Amino acid sequence: MSGEPLLAVRDLRVGFATEGGRVQAVDGVSFELAPGEVLAIVGESGAGKSVTAQTIIGLTKSGNARIEGSVRLRGTELIDAGDEELRKVRGERVGMVFQDPMTSFNPVYRIGAQIVEAIRAHRDGASKADARERAIELLDSVGIPDAPRRIDAYPHEFSGGMRQRAMIAMALALEPEVLIADEPTTALDVTVQAQILALLERLNRERGLATILITHDLGVVAEVADRVVVMYAGRVIEQGTLDEIFYDPQHPYTWGLLGSLTRMDRERPQRLPQISGAPPSLLDLPQGCSFRPRCPHEFGRCSELPGLDARLAEAPSHLDRCWFSPEDKRERRLVEGEIGLEAPAR
Amino acid sequence: MARFVLRRLVGMVAVLFAVSVLTFLIFNVIPNSDPAQRIAGKAATPNLIASINEEWGFDNSLPDQYVTMMKKVFSGDLVSYFARENVDERIVEGIPATFSLCLGAAVIWMFFGILFGYLSAVRAGGLLDRALTVFAVAGISIPVFGLAAIFLIYLTYKTEIFPSGEYVEFASDPLEWAEHLILPWITLAIVYVGFYSRVLRSNMLDAMNEDYVRTARAKGLGERQVMSRHVLRNSLAPIITLFGLDFGALLGGAILVEGIFNINGVGLYAFESLKNVDLPPIMAIVLFGAFFVVLFNALVDIAYAWLDPRVRLGDSAS
Repeated sequence: MSGEPLLAVRDLRVGFATEGGRVQAVDGVSFELAPGEVLAIVGESGAGKSVTAQTIIGLTKSGNARIEGSVRLRGTELIDAGDEELRKVRGERVGMVFQDPMTSFNPVYRIGAQIVEAIRAHRDGASKADARERAIELLDSVGIPDAPRRIDAYPHEFSGGMRQRAMIAMALALEPEVLIADEPTTALDVTVQAQILALLERLNRERGLATILITHDLGVVAEVADRVVVMYAGRVIEQGTLDEIFYDPQHPYTWGLLGSLTRMDRERPQRLPQISGAPPSLLDLPQGCSFRPRCPHEFGRCSELPGLDARLAEAPSHLDRCWFSPEDKRERRLVEGEIGLEAPAR
Repeated sequence: MARFVLRRLVGMVAVLFAVSVLTFLIFNVIPNSDPAQRIAGKAATPNLIASINEEWGFDNSLPDQYVTMMKKVFSGDLVSYFARENVDERIVEGIPATFSLCLGAAVIWMFFGILFGYLSAVRAGGLLDRALTVFAVAGISIPVFGLAAIFLIYLTYKTEIFPSGEYVEFASDPLEWAEHLILPWITLAIVYVGFYSRVLRSNMLDAMNEDYVRTARAKGLGERQVMSRHVLRNSLAPIITLFGLDFGALLGGAILVEGIFNINGVGLYAFESLKNVDLPPIMAIVLFGAFFVVLFNALVDIAYAWLDPRVRLGDSAS
């Protein structure tokens, strides 16, 4: 990574007070985003991906949330920023796209009006007519046909894919430096997913837009990401470049994720491989490594939480949380010759 | 949108027709006794009953009777035999007072209902929210006649701050008009303020968890804009519904408040007629009241379409 990172998240912790007790949704997450980079955060539901992303621009702030650590955008701390300061960052410097385009637009306003609203929230001087021109331009640039007419449509008159395009257009309205896309393709059909990914990739390539892509779909990651952060139960358990994660994964959880991918270039297995068990409750995490109860390779030391460290001499940016030596891991991760996680012995 | 409005208006006419048929059946057909006798009132002479029988055509077929009754109501020669006066004229005389009462009260309850609901929701769990909750529950719980009595005792008889009701024509003295109506307005409005603010509060709290509110924050809107443009606006629909129903029903006469404050409106007339079992005015007032309920229901639907574009079904917008 050259020079100062665009966005640096350091030891981010987000806890929520609930009736069942304190839930540590995000527990010591650190990563950096370089200009022009696509960083994927992967993990299953409840891993803390979305909370991490939303905390970056202060969307998780509330009476029952405790947020610690640091989020710096070009050196400016956002964690203790005031409401007005955060408001200026949102939309203007960090754009955000959410999972469900069906519900992420307000149903009672026209698409164009909602984009115009975003522009005028940051450009006091912008006339409605200018903002509207800009909105048409934006819709056109994300591939909405007949934008000058479609701008006056209501959200329910758009298809899911069109809405997500419009959502991306809105997030880009003020040319932010960072785009956070929180499961942008999860609610869409597979063909539409591919279109949206292609759009995100094009924006990254043409505008050098740094993107944080949150997803549970490794297929999506393989297509667009430069670097990957794997989260499990609120912690980062592995992070590295796309190739490092896909070809030399170090954490058993990552093996399991990769092993459960369906692949067209392999013979179809009898049964889709899966990681047995379920993610732990955040109210009652196991001591030590949180993946321990589901891991077939568990041994004595796993009751002690491993740090997120570089364990490979040749790849100092490849970090993981597993006690085994790299040689051990390379041996253990092979299931019938492929990377995977064998079912735990019963 | 025009087609939508037209469709609603046609529907409204159909409902009104059904209401009039029901009114006719309830008053003239279902009770198992001589309708002429009931219409003639308590102190009827056989002569009167005979003439009513002839005039209303109670020997003819039911459709004939229905047409005769409607003709009487709408041509303005419906007569109360008990009070010996023209019913339609009395209702028309009562309209200014009733409408003044209802309009003023509606302005108060919508303004404070929305204001209090908004403040409660924005400050949910805080001191202000709790205070407003107590106020709302008290407002909903106190019966109108109890509240009116308290007002009259403390603000009229003991301190003489406000006059004791009665209606003064707006045209003759606007200031007096308002002064005489303030207590009735507040009395009538308080129940609705409490109820509406609670409904709005809970709707807004639901709306705050919607994805589009998160989107609004994420694009950098200020908290006040998020609340008013996205949360409040999307929470108004149930309030509009309630308002349409309540306001429509009140225009047919706010019986208790008009009775207590001696406001000579449609409600007071209904009250007197009920007391005397004077059927012709009761019938006419039921139709009069039903008209407004149905009218405001249609207006609510139209307002809905304006508030939420997804309602404009069958419209060629898409």
